[in-house]
Amino acid sequence: MAKAAKNNTLKLKFDTINYAPAPESKSSATIDAQYDLFINGKFEKPLSKKYFDTINPATEEKLSSVAEANAADVDKAAKAARTAYDKVWSKMPAKERAKYIYRIARMIQERAREFAVIETLDGGKPIRESRDIDVPLVANHFFYYAGWADKLAYAFPNRNPKPLGVAGQIIPWNFPLLMAAWKIAPALATGNTVVLKPAETTPLTALKLAEIIQESDLPPGVVNIITGAGATGAAIVNHPDINKIAFTGSTDVGKIIQRAVAGTDKKVTLELGGKAANIIFEDAPIDQAVEGIINGIYFNQGHVCCAGSRLFVQESIYKEVMRKLKDRIATLIVGDPMDKNTDVGAINSKQQLETIHKYITIGKKEGLEIFESSCTLPKKGFFCKPTLFTNVAQSSRIAQEEIFGPVLAIQTFRTDDEVIEKANNTPYGLSAGVWTDKGSKIFNLTTKLRAGVIWANTYNKFDPTSPFGGYKESGFGREGGLQGLGTYLNV
Amino acid sequence: MATTISTRLEVLKTYKIYIGGQFPRTESGRYYKATNAKGDLLANVCLSSRKDFRDAVIAARSAFGGWSGRAAFNRAQILYRIAEMLEGRKAQFLDELIKQGALSANAENEINLSIDRLIYYAGWCDKFQQVFSSVNPVASSHFNFSVPEPTGVVAIIAPQDSSLLGLVSVIAPVIAGGNTCIVLASEEKPLCAVTFAEVINSSDVPGGVVNILTGKPSELVKYFADHMDVNAVVYCEKNDADKKLIQEKAALNVKRVLFWDKINWNSDEAETPYLITDLQEVKTTWHPIENIGGAKAGY
Repeated sequence: MAKAAKNNTLKLKFDTINYAPAPESKSSATIDAQYDLFINGKFEKPLSKKYFDTINPATEEKLSSVAEANAADVDKAAKAARTAYDKVWSKMPAKERAKYIYRIARMIQERAREFAVIETLDGGKPIRESRDIDVPLVANHFFYYAGWADKLAYAFPNRNPKPLGVAGQIIPWNFPLLMAAWKIAPALATGNTVVLKPAETTPLTALKLAEIIQESDLPPGVVNIITGAGATGAAIVNHPDINKIAFTGSTDVGKIIQRAVAGTDKKVTLELGGKAANIIFEDAPIDQAVEGIINGIYFNQGHVCCAGSRLFVQESIYKEVMRKLKDRIATLIVGDPMDKNTDVGAINSKQQLETIHKYITIGKKEGLEIFESSCTLPKKGFFCKPTLFTNVAQSSRIAQEEIFGPVLAIQTFRTDDEVIEKANNTPYGLSAGVWTDKGSKIFNLTTKLRAGVIWANTYNKFDPTSPFGGYKESGFGREGGLQGLGTYLNV
Repeated sequence: MATTISTRLEVLKTYKIYIGGQFPRTESGRYYKATNAKGDLLANVCLSSRKDFRDAVIAARSAFGGWSGRAAFNRAQILYRIAEMLEGRKAQFLDELIKQGALSANAENEINLSIDRLIYYAGWCDKFQQVFSSVNPVASSHFNFSVPEPTGVVAIIAPQDSSLLGLVSVIAPVIAGGNTCIVLASEEKPLCAVTFAEVINSSDVPGGVVNILTGKPSELVKYFADHMDVNAVVYCEKNDADKKLIQEKAALNVKRVLFWDKINWNSDEAETPYLITDLQEVKTTWHPIENIGGAKAGY
């Protein structure tokens, strides 16, 4: 019977089927030729007098030029935030604070399509993802935290929580607008003011958010958005009048920040890298799990700190899973991020593409077996074929280090204990996935995996009410939910 | 004493360190003299080395899975048991505290507070999870909840002045939350730390959950902060240079750094579940909910 079932499996030749292009219109988005720094409620020319280009990674065409904030600009923004904190924001009734944040949430919903288009143009992620995941989550995050503003006492029993003051926030390029929301919304709800720096390759949606903040009549200086690269971030971290640093990015930079604030009273939260285990048991719903593997590693081109980049498959189902996984990879549509059919968009930058290629070369040199999608990549722009490696050892560098691209390292296991041991054998501890139909097994695994977020029979799910953040070298502090409040308060 | 000729010589205790449920001497063979305010010798005390610390980390790591996996109720009983054992040995602690320079009334008060503090944290062992957990109403078809879990192996530089109460007050919330720890005792007043290790040893606390070293913070702080298998450092003193050093070294493996330097250990502010949650991680689980069929809970 088993043999017959196998023979009945239909092998589809997807490479002979072409989808007609379904491009999203760019007309709903306006991008200015140049953007200044958003300080004290106004767009101001940078004291540095410098600008840098931001490009569309799918076409390598310039989208806009953006101000590069130097230390003097950071100081100006920090002063604006301090003044707004002292004079306005800390004195405003919490109920009123809430209403501003609600208003921002609503205005994002109104302009959702425009944000989605710009997010995809500037960052390279498929329009389907920015439209259906990023932007709705952004609006929801503001809406969720707005309601906390006047209810903080309920979150901390027996305490009278107070805001910290000025928060310096540095965010990455993989979810540019979503990370801005994760940072700004709880900071405002808890009564802090903000200096936020988006990543240098994806500044545009944060600057569009600045427009909304301006239109929302939020008091000037409560949110300041300044653009720049590492030096700008360092100036924020080292600014003496900033009370809190919130950083999302690589573990390497997170460690530099932790060291930089040593000897100061700055509070820090770090949401850093990951090398998550995605574990498939033989009693899992296999087809659903294969979708979960794909979503785990190829969602957003694998530019996801919680990506399921280490796949553990139970030996008994290894062949079946591999066959289905390879078939599924063959159907992934890689290409124009603005096409609504696209599954895997552009790699965010040339530099990141080089990093990914470096790791693929390392994997090959380590003697691992490689499998790539047979897709053809666009001639222009930064693209990478969905890739996986098999015969991977625990010691292999591609199983140890975060690649931040569409590259999956596959290992097998026999017993629960073995896979728990292997999954936990990493300095990271951000997330993990478990696939089985057995509820009690899910809880056995989820209690023993040392990671901050664990998905069972799903992957890469986010919600404003659900705290997110890591164990070990994946950082500390939580974003989202009630637990996301404490990092912006003196409790 | 001088007027009667005693036929029996008092047996003095060798003050050793406590690692993995054993009382070894420091591997380094080094010692320092603990004295009272007048400079009289109280004891030769182990001057613990970096290697002792590393051995203690191995013991603490080995003990972590078992201790954190125990039923919270069982941890509560064990903390209560420590209090019971301490109560029974009050006279010995009184003697040592007085030797170390405390006034008799103060010493008795310190012991009583230490016992009560253990009772306080024993009670929290199976309650803080309820207060600090949440069920998160996510929009998708999942049962989503967040619970606190222990951070792991915690290295503690104990309060230097409050040699018993301070020590007890930092160990209790750390182990109540399921962590294991290595504690550097008060350098100048180490006697009751070693005796407290004996109390722990007789209280059903598994070996390795609490490891107590004696020695010099000035020598050991940097090793406490840079060990790659330590998850958090707790520092209870006000030395700014040490604080900076700890924060810098902690970045090597993104350790959590807690400065419990503003707490008056004699006061109620030392009794709070927020000291437990300082050394907890939040774990969020997304559990699937089958979502087929159209039935609603309509009543």
